[in-house]
Amino acid sequence: MVSSVVLLLADSRLPTGAHAHSGGVEAAVERGLLRDASDLATFLVGRLKGSGAVVAAAAATGCLLAAPADQEPDWSRWDAAVSARTPSPAVRAASRAQGAALLRTAQRMWPSPAVASLSRLGRPHHPLVLGVLVDAAGDGPGAAALLALHHLLGGACSAAVRLLGLDPITVAAVQAGTGPAAEQAARRATQAAVEAVRRADPALLPSTGTPLLDVLAELHARAEVTLFAS
Amino acid sequence: MHREDQIDRVPIPAAPPRRGTALRIGIGGPVGGGKTALVAALCRALRDDVRLAVVTNDIYTTEDADFLRRHGVLPDDRIRAVRTGCCPHTAIRDDITANLDAVEELSARHHPDLVLVESGGDNLTATFSYGLVDVQVFVLDVAGGDKVPRKGGPGVTRSDLLVINKTDLAPLVGADLDVMRRDALAVRGERPTVLISLREQPDAGPVLDWVRDQLALR
Repeated sequence: MVSSVVLLLADSRLPTGAHAHSGGVEAAVERGLLRDASDLATFLVGRLKGSGAVVAAAAATGCLLAAPADQEPDWSRWDAAVSARTPSPAVRAASRAQGAALLRTAQRMWPSPAVASLSRLGRPHHPLVLGVLVDAAGDGPGAAALLALHHLLGGACSAAVRLLGLDPITVAAVQAGTGPAAEQAARRATQAAVEAVRRADPALLPSTGTPLLDVLAELHARAEVTLFAS
Repeated sequence: MHREDQIDRVPIPAAPPRRGTALRIGIGGPVGGGKTALVAALCRALRDDVRLAVVTNDIYTTEDADFLRRHGVLPDDRIRAVRTGCCPHTAIRDDITANLDAVEELSARHHPDLVLVESGGDNLTATFSYGLVDVQVFVLDVAGGDKVPRKGGPGVTRSDLLVINKTDLAPLVGADLDVMRRDALAVRGERPTVLISLREQPDAGPVLDWVRDQLALR
């Protein structure tokens, strides 16, 4: 049976600050790079292959590191590895803002030694927090990776509906259509995370990226009029 | 696993940790009612004897903050603009995390006595969660139509102070202030309502008195 904790973590109604982030969609829409459902589908697949691999592997890592209850992981090394794979300062800030928000919520909903040890980091990256909570839910790194991708894609889809007035049912179908690709990306990211954690080497985490989206994220952060925080 | 006899006992979490001692006042209401003008008026009137900070939530992100800066009512670093992803009501009610983050960051930096959280302009159903603010003001304007108080909605009926602004426009838009006052009284019970023209009373007189009362209650 799916745990009720995982269902809550997947629910966009959980207060985690995610509703104000478009995952790069607003900057692309503003420049006419994303105009319809077909563009959105391309964008989502690109996300899965780019930063998707990084956040999915980070979530799986958070889950794996939280699992042994008897030892406190050196979170700062792994958190720094996520930063190193997130070249845009604006995207790092967005990840940390959402990590802090999820941690705030988690501290009240599911207090645990792992949550406490991660919160000593201050504002950890979002997927690490997500991974720790998936472990607390009794689920594993594969679920954590897929959940990170679910939020990455879901946030982009929701923003596209709000910004472009796309048919929300069409967009939901587009997101559903990314399922196989997301599952494949989650599997690969999980394998990489398992190996990185086994060898205690954050350098083994995937480091794929999308330079154009990083540049757009920086332009977005400096823009005068924006509706989404990222 | 939980024992059968424990399973129906839902644990209630402890109260959230409160960072900072500031009174937090939410200011909400529809677009164009005068929320930012009210914030500016309160800042001007209070800044000499109350430590202040402001969080703005307008969809045009820095626009409200810039308005406050341009009018020189508060130094830049006491104003934080929060973006709401096209959903101002979500940011003040359903998912308050980004606003809490802004309030706490300002509180840690400036130790204010009062933080004003200004919502982006929304509709009559948009109200603040009391997880974010201690009390809330709902700002309507006369030009929005004198039927608005009768329509009700949680902002009109349950806000701690209802402000009906732009009374000077009443004759121009054919609004009956007595009708607005009577309808507001009917749905608000003991909760106070103020009719004001911020243009004619730039010190926000009666609203300022209410805010000072709230500060004194702390």
